[in-house]
Amino acid sequence: MNEVKIDERIDLSKVICPMNFVKTKLKLEEMKQGQILEVILDDGEPIKNVPRAVKEEGHQILKAEKMGEHWRLLIKKT
Amino acid sequence: MQYNIKELKGSGFMKQKEKDLFSVRLRVVGGYIQSRQLPKLAEIANKYARGHVHLTTRQGIEIPYVHFKDFENLKKELAEVGLEVGACGPRVRTITACQGKICSHGLIDSQKIAKKIDERLFGKSGLPHKLKIGITGCPNACIKPQENDIGIMGIMSKTYQQDLCNFCGLCVEVCPVKAIKIKKEKLEFDENKCIGCGDCVFSCPTGAWEKVGEGYRLFLGGKMGKFPKLGIKAIDFIYSEDELLRIVEQAFKFYKKEGRKGERFRDTLERLGLEYFIGRYCD
Repeated sequence: MNEVKIDERIDLSKVICPMNFVKTKLKLEEMKQGQILEVILDDGEPIKNVPRAVKEEGHQILKAEKMGEHWRLLIKKT
Repeated sequence: MQYNIKELKGSGFMKQKEKDLFSVRLRVVGGYIQSRQLPKLAEIANKYARGHVHLTTRQGIEIPYVHFKDFENLKKELAEVGLEVGACGPRVRTITACQGKICSHGLIDSQKIAKKIDERLFGKSGLPHKLKIGITGCPNACIKPQENDIGIMGIMSKTYQQDLCNFCGLCVEVCPVKAIKIKKEKLEFDENKCIGCGDCVFSCPTGAWEKVGEGYRLFLGGKMGKFPKLGIKAIDFIYSEDELLRIVEQAFKFYKKEGRKGERFRDTLERLGLEYFIGRYCD
């Protein structure tokens, strides 16, 4: 997949559940429909919980990639 | 006024150590109580007992310190808000259930299943011993179905489409049993390891993992008490609610007919074998 234009970034490494999701959600609420949010998450619990919760809210995850002990998600606000 | 302990126990009145006092167990299904019922319960606990209730290990409510003379009035007052007394002794006990689909992990409507089983079987007697049934919405097993004589677990069936997959590895990361591996743009899935939790489907960014449907896994013969044993996986995937309800009723019939006095479901099952139950009662 070609890299898309990122509108906002949020680094949630070392932020635990459920605050990482809450912060993701609040950030998405500030954004316009169709914009892209890049989120950095720790592996383990955060990556188990945040992507599914983001999907449940109806947003689209364009990309998920592992970067060492972190994950990088690209989320499109719907 | 006389009372028959056995009869009372059957209808949810349990004798206390204190003379003439009983702990009154209510019929509660899956821990569901309406807010309109709570003030009445408080009123009853003040009027007929000592102003408190006990929350049971099976999500129910008991009102201790009730005098047997008050049973009839208490039952009438419970009925005003749609409540009734529960069951103790060798009967089908309180059906436990999680909140089911409102939980982000829940795969089945545990509350609805609990109600349907309660309607069919609650309090039924003629059994060798007690019979406990619990319904949990997913393999996280919060209701601990494996501790019940009959335990039900919601599970998911799913499918994988390689052409939608971008091999991000998220499913590999979230899978609790490591059933998925990715090697050089190729995904390997070990179906034997899969427990049907659906975490891969919930997390998949591209929809390559997709849900096909929900089903029910059946555990039989779990019990706690002095000689605890976890239920054994009897049927891995039951595809429909109707079939599940049929099998649960058949398990009840099996235990009622084949169980010897004093045996728990597990004892009967071990004596006759799972194949016996499946072959004679499930086909």
